Amino acid sequence: MHSKSIAELGAAMRAGEFTSVELTRHFIDRIDRLNGELNALITATPEQALAEAEAADRAIQSGKAGPLTGIPLVQKDIFCTRGVKTSCGSRMLDNFVSPYDATVVERLKQAGAVSLGKANMDEFAMGSSNETSYYGPVRNPWDRGRVPGGSSGGSAAAVAARLAAAATGTDTGGSIRQPAALCGITGLKPTYGRVSRYGMIAFASSLDQAGPMTRSAEDAALMLQAMAGFDPKDSTCADQAVPDYSAMLNDSLQGLKIGLPREYFYEGLDSDVTASIEEAIDLYKQLGAEVVEISLPNSGLAVPTYYVVAPAECSSNLSRFDGVRFGYRCDDPKDLEDLYKRTRGEGFGAEVKRRILIGTYALSAGYYDAYYLKAQKTRHLISDDFKHAFETVDVIMGPTAPTPAFALGEKVDDPVTMYLNDIYTIATNLAGLPGISIPVRAVDGLPVGLQIIGNYFNEGKLLNAAHRYQSETDWHRQIPEGFA
Amino acid sequence: MSLDKSDVEKIAHLARMALDESHIEAYVEDLGNILNLVEQLEAADTDAIEPMFHPLHMAQRLRGDEVTESDCRGANQVVAPKVENGLYLVPKVIE
Repeated sequence: MHSKSIAELGAAMRAGEFTSVELTRHFIDRIDRLNGELNALITATPEQALAEAEAADRAIQSGKAGPLTGIPLVQKDIFCTRGVKTSCGSRMLDNFVSPYDATVVERLKQAGAVSLGKANMDEFAMGSSNETSYYGPVRNPWDRGRVPGGSSGGSAAAVAARLAAAATGTDTGGSIRQPAALCGITGLKPTYGRVSRYGMIAFASSLDQAGPMTRSAEDAALMLQAMAGFDPKDSTCADQAVPDYSAMLNDSLQGLKIGLPREYFYEGLDSDVTASIEEAIDLYKQLGAEVVEISLPNSGLAVPTYYVVAPAECSSNLSRFDGVRFGYRCDDPKDLEDLYKRTRGEGFGAEVKRRILIGTYALSAGYYDAYYLKAQKTRHLISDDFKHAFETVDVIMGPTAPTPAFALGEKVDDPVTMYLNDIYTIATNLAGLPGISIPVRAVDGLPVGLQIIGNYFNEGKLLNAAHRYQSETDWHRQIPEGFA
Repeated sequence: MSLDKSDVEKIAHLARMALDESHIEAYVEDLGNILNLVEQLEAADTDAIEPMFHPLHMAQRLRGDEVTESDCRGANQVVAPKVENGLYLVPKVIE
């Protein structure tokens, strides 16, 4: 059951082959047996899942089932879930039970999906390896000595290990695509504003975006269909019609113009990863696509720009965690300032503190123009590079990450080296563009991701290109040893 | 650009965040490395470039000034560290 796609599971349940309760029990059993070695979930909610599955079975019996009815998934622990602990991977929110549902959670519930629990993640989504979580690192199902990527590492590992049919993730600088690449799954970061951010704990508000993490583009299309769309509760959510993503999956790629940015194939890129990406691009040529070299000349500015913009917005957003209204509070504060300082000092981990400090510094009197304003200008240069590129190409392709999964502990002591993991993914967040990562030829048994970047609100084209590749290959069907 | 220990202590105070004394040297080094990375921006010519505050250059949408939420103080205060009579309690500010 656990190796079937969402569409296959839905069809089997509608045909009466098994019920959602049986399917949900099957995944709960897998989580019980296998999560211990992966640490992919922070909170499992089996009772709630079975209640939701019973409701789904009633909907199926009365002929009211949609494509996600009865499908078991996990929610990244950044999404507020009513009545369920929502920790965001932090000690600060270890005691936080959300009084409301995020829009993404509400919409997936309305679509009939079953939530198995909350996925582990880097603390407040700040990290590229899932090692900054207060709940300990997640292990990569392909090699338990390696990281799953981050920050949506628990979501990626859960989907790769078949602990859930799908998962939600969020992506501020690569946090859906990079773990999808390192765990061999499909991860889509939609256009900024495509999916509501309401109830999604904010890290960097001009960059954060939620998206699906699935085993295939076909499944991602079904998930995005339910997640996307206007929400009056998020003032930055785009008021744009949502197309039928599944209907576009099989469109021909004849004449598709693919741009390969020469800056994405530089000497720092692992040579085996390069070979996998080139092989995938050759397949696109056979499918009728046309490949042209392009330039994104300001690519080198993306990581430094991000490490001003994201920490600045983070320092502002995370000021709400002060020990007064919710979350952690230090013991015996002697006065209000002591309460604030020790609560935040004890509640946040090292990486979150680093980013709050950098952001506070960049926004402090006398430094605003040199850092924040300058970075918002270089952000414009980066965005304009894409604008020019999309005048001549339909999609841009390249690697998602410079290397396959690295070892646990390998980069954790060197923040700047860790940041460079997101060298290919960060620019799309700065520009607000959609991007998808799909698994291509593995290197020494470790997954490699191909990134496809599209123009604004062109998620359908990305899913189409990804699906056509997955119709010709079976890299997305590989299951890590021990999880078949 | 490098920071020294007193810079880091000042920034931590602005952020109202206590740092463990034994960790401050590590923050000094890490923040210095991050600022070195960020300094690459100086080389970019941005004289004629407008700052980009919204990825889609959209204006902030405003809603009508209408009450849309019911009172959920009770539900929200269940997760508060300390409340009394519907008020959040903190250490005494005025003697």
